[in-house]
Amino acid sequence: MATDDTIIRVDGFTAAYDGLVILNQLNFDVCRGEVFAILGGSGCGKSTLLKHMIGLYPPAAGTILIDGHNVTTAEGGERQRLLRKFGVMYQSGALFGSMTVLDNVCLPLQEFTDLPPDAIRFIASMKLQRVGLGGFDDHLPSELSGGMQKRAAIARAMALDPQVMFLDEPSAGLDPITSAELDELILSLARSLKITFVIVTHELASIFAIADRVIMLDKSVKGIVATGKPQELRDHSENPWVRQFFSRQPSADNPA
Amino acid sequence: MESQLSKSASLRSDGPRNGVLKLAIAGRLDADSTGGIWRESTRLVAAARAATVDLDAAAIDYCDGSGIALLIQLRRLQQKNAGRLEIHGLRPEFQELLDDWAQGSAETGQSKTKVRVQLAEEIGRGAVQVWQDIHELIAFVGQLGLAMVKAARHPSTIRWRDTLLIAEEVGVNALPIVALLSFLVGVIMAFQAAVALRQFGAEIFVANMIGLSVLREMGPLMTAIILAGRSGSAFAAEIGTMKVREEIDALKTMGLEPVRFLVVPRVLAALAMTPVLTVFADLLGVMGGSVVMMSLGFPLITFFHQLQLAVSYGSLVGGLVKAFAFGILVAAIGCLRGLQTQSGASAVGLSTTHAVVSGIILIVITDGIFTVIYYYLWV
Repeated sequence: MATDDTIIRVDGFTAAYDGLVILNQLNFDVCRGEVFAILGGSGCGKSTLLKHMIGLYPPAAGTILIDGHNVTTAEGGERQRLLRKFGVMYQSGALFGSMTVLDNVCLPLQEFTDLPPDAIRFIASMKLQRVGLGGFDDHLPSELSGGMQKRAAIARAMALDPQVMFLDEPSAGLDPITSAELDELILSLARSLKITFVIVTHELASIFAIADRVIMLDKSVKGIVATGKPQELRDHSENPWVRQFFSRQPSADNPA
Repeated sequence: MESQLSKSASLRSDGPRNGVLKLAIAGRLDADSTGGIWRESTRLVAAARAATVDLDAAAIDYCDGSGIALLIQLRRLQQKNAGRLEIHGLRPEFQELLDDWAQGSAETGQSKTKVRVQLAEEIGRGAVQVWQDIHELIAFVGQLGLAMVKAARHPSTIRWRDTLLIAEEVGVNALPIVALLSFLVGVIMAFQAAVALRQFGAEIFVANMIGLSVLREMGPLMTAIILAGRSGSAFAAEIGTMKVREEIDALKTMGLEPVRFLVVPRVLAALAMTPVLTVFADLLGVMGGSVVMMSLGFPLITFFHQLQLAVSYGSLVGGLVKAFAFGILVAAIGCLRGLQTQSGASAVGLSTTHAVVSGIILIVITDGIFTVIYYYLWV
């Protein structure tokens, strides 16, 4: 169901590595301004789906549209324009270790805008302050904690004010307090800047705190087993595996 | 005065009159269109030094982080000039963003203080670093020596599978490059010597020079330098990446000593392969010389007869002993630099560079020491 509000449309998407199908015939839409979470157990293809959505890998079949542009076929100028529409935060942060935090955020602005150098540094510094890293401009990524690196990576991803932000496991490896702070930041950015967030995670606390809507992937069906609001899925899903996931129950055939 | 500074944004200015500078920004203020407006408006505000800057923002259609940054910057400039910025007509959603960002930009964290380092301090730090490096080198030599003794006493503890794979990479895969370079060095040296010796009608002695220089010096030296460039750097990069990915820490916590687990197989492989490669380099170097001699009109048998007169087993063995030493040095220093890797992707590159540079320096120093020893031993 594509509406005017749809910013991402995934249609008949199939992912395969060396002929082995990982995800088969996925269809879903992401609406403008919503926090959309992709859930599922380990190895179900969450990160694979994310990497295809940002155009790192070509799908075996189907299309992925971001704001009407096909991620899988866009080339040249269209691809450049498309890349400006979204920012990505990788699981490890993927900050450039040889550059200071500020230089990491300045990089996209230097490469893609004609802003004067002092304006670039000012904007980058402002974005770092927005994610709570004011005063850490001259630090190297290795001098920051894991949570701070992730926040710096978010600042870099939003350097060009993208419409969509893709976050791969933003809470992974963080303590509950830092994780909650990161959730608050995501919510605040989504509400104040109207950014659409697509988040891959399996942190239940984060999902209930920030996600407007979720899809659940399951490797046994190589596709989506549930779509909806997290609270509704937890309380009313007809799929036992989904209820089991949300209630953190161990699998029946794997009592350990 | 009105200026269309980009396709989607424009700036109009009026004044300053009676201490008031009027600005009007219209259109789309995003990362693409803010650049021109930024230059012009900040120049106007800084130059005017007006008590009030009156900014008409009613015609701003779109404003993202870059546009908001411009408004905050204009406000800061005015504050610096002891004036004020009054923004009129900014849409509520952009006003909300401005308030949000302005609040964020007022927060400050712990700033990293930049310490100016004096020259004397820098020299001191450098000296301490060199001392620490020497200290680590000595400790590493001790650890490696101990691990090698243990390996000799208990050969079953050696990771033979790894050792053979590394030996293949260090030795067999290096054969083409060693062959090419040694042959060419033999050819070049023979030609250069022939030019000088021709003046005395002594071209036949090119064979003596090639035999002695290749077997004693060029064979082991070329092999060792290729080894440093190919394998020393590879060892440093491989172990350095493991260090960055905390794999070395994992080994330690599993009770596996990194020197035994990673360094010993590499040193053993280099130790075994360097003399073999050196023999190969010697052969190809001499072949290069023989090709030049034949081109000068000397039959092959004459070249080899002359070669036999010039070189002894001592020359060959002397070269091979050096090759053993070079092999240990190159492998050990490559592994040490890998283990010394700090954090970050650039650290691996730095370790690789250090491995090659230190390897070549140690090769040349060791070669000098061997030359002096051989001189006194009449080898």
